[in-house]
Amino acid sequence: MRRRAVPYLLISPTVALIAAFLVYPIGSVAYYSLQHQNLTRPWANGFAGLDNFRRMLFEDELFWQSLGFTAKWVIVEVGLQLLLGLALALIVNESFIGRGLARSLVFSPWAVSGVLTTGIWILLYTPSTGVLRFLGQPEAAVLGNPDTVFPAVVVTELWRGVPFFAILLLAGLQGIPGELYEAAAVDGAGRTRRFFHVTLPHLRDAIVLATLLRGVWEFNNVDLLYTLTGGGPAQATTTLPLYVAQRAVDSKDFGYGSALTMAGFVILLFCSILYLRLNRFGEDRDR
Amino acid sequence: MSADVMTRPRSRAAVPAGARRRRSKRKDPGRVLRLYIPLGLYLVFTLVPFYWMLVFALRPAGSTDPVPWPITFEHFETVWNDIGYAVFFKNSVIVGVWSLLFTTVIAVMGGYALARYRFRGRGLFMVVLLCTQFIPGAMMLIPLFSIFKSLGLINSLGSLVLADTVFNLPLSIILMSGFISAVPFTVEEAAMVDGCTRLRGFLAIVLPQLRPGLIAVGSFAFIHTWNNFLFALMFVSKQDSFTIPVGLSYTIGEYSADFGALAAGGVVAALPVVCVFAVVQRYLVHGISAGAVKG
Repeated sequence: MRRRAVPYLLISPTVALIAAFLVYPIGSVAYYSLQHQNLTRPWANGFAGLDNFRRMLFEDELFWQSLGFTAKWVIVEVGLQLLLGLALALIVNESFIGRGLARSLVFSPWAVSGVLTTGIWILLYTPSTGVLRFLGQPEAAVLGNPDTVFPAVVVTELWRGVPFFAILLLAGLQGIPGELYEAAAVDGAGRTRRFFHVTLPHLRDAIVLATLLRGVWEFNNVDLLYTLTGGGPAQATTTLPLYVAQRAVDSKDFGYGSALTMAGFVILLFCSILYLRLNRFGEDRDR
Repeated sequence: MSADVMTRPRSRAAVPAGARRRRSKRKDPGRVLRLYIPLGLYLVFTLVPFYWMLVFALRPAGSTDPVPWPITFEHFETVWNDIGYAVFFKNSVIVGVWSLLFTTVIAVMGGYALARYRFRGRGLFMVVLLCTQFIPGAMMLIPLFSIFKSLGLINSLGSLVLADTVFNLPLSIILMSGFISAVPFTVEEAAMVDGCTRLRGFLAIVLPQLRPGLIAVGSFAFIHTWNNFLFALMFVSKQDSFTIPVGLSYTIGEYSADFGALAAGGVVAALPVVCVFAVVQRYLVHGISAGAVKG
């Protein structure tokens, strides 16, 4: 009897922490989303029913706008990270002199925070100080211009995001047995065929998992956008979580902020499950 | 010794051995095009921003030289003494180290349970761990804030240690269980046959072999905590409790005219984590392939 309790004892701290600081908060967000809870208008607080959701879906243009930007941001960012990250992983998986150093260098931006990334890239983007003037950058501020702000934030996040993608895919590449390549080479498969018939099928689960993790991460990315653009200019780079923060923190509207949070959580969960299903993640397949 | 070899990153074995090694012996011009040129371009993209930050941090204010010469440390003195990075740095180290310790200890416990026991609820536990990855930290701010408020932890570093530990844990447990699975159970069994308790067997036999895993998980937790901006921004509003990312964000706002201070603050923020990362990067790759991305 005592022996069977051991694993439960071992996981009990984890379970307690997750229950207290992740599960319970989700429950309370769900509760608040059905309440009017605004610190600046305390007289109107109380049960709201689906009022917050009605307001969100039918009256709030900024909700839809931020949702649209979130989708665009996630798709562009994850798509580019997949292409560049895969290329980078394939390169640093080859054996060459100085590979360890090269890995440490190209992966290092991953260790850097969103705020620090912002700090560095502000130095690069500010007209008077930036390196872009060597490339013939016009004098206008990149981040203040609605036409250039999107490519600017995308490139900035790529700088930090591609390395982590490459790390995940490199880990996947290292799981592919070398004999498979030898066998394929013996059978006369060229480099391209080996890539498409050996590497890609074996990387499939790693790619699905990495794109999903990055997708969730970019959906929830707040620190970079918050400090780089603050969601501007004119809400052009406001993602849903950033909008939640604005509502909850700046206008102290906890009830409505919670409703937005629930929407984000449901969308994220739904998209993730759909994505895993569509890709038949983890199921046995014919390799 | 053989066990040590087993736990080391197996990068060499994973290189598609025969075909490529033979190829690289005779001169292959395709290799330059395929390997070195893209790698070089990517290195430029990676390193130019770091270099630009260093230039600003090290050259005198007002200089526009692309090479920082003569080198000056005036900006570091400004951020360290006047802006208060000495305090932010200390706070970040405190939060980072405590969160590292809690995360690692709890992850070893949870990882051991997952790797060595088949218990009822194990599948559910795994699912919950994976599901937590979809919980947006930014969206938990409201409820977490009220929890910490009722615990009296607002404005204390304790709230950051707790919150960061919770958000580090799921991935750390998954990584750790991968590392523990890689240590063969037979050595532990042998120790128990010789009269060791399970705990002593673990401490004496398994733990020493887990060193790469402990390094990977611990550094992962430290880097995440060191970089966490949102929690620190939300739960702490007293300047003497600021951590580095919060201090840096204020430097960006208030001193954006003083790019030297901004860059020097950036160097202070980057130096510890980039150094840690350079050292542990191979353990991390190995840990992810052992634990998380079993293809």
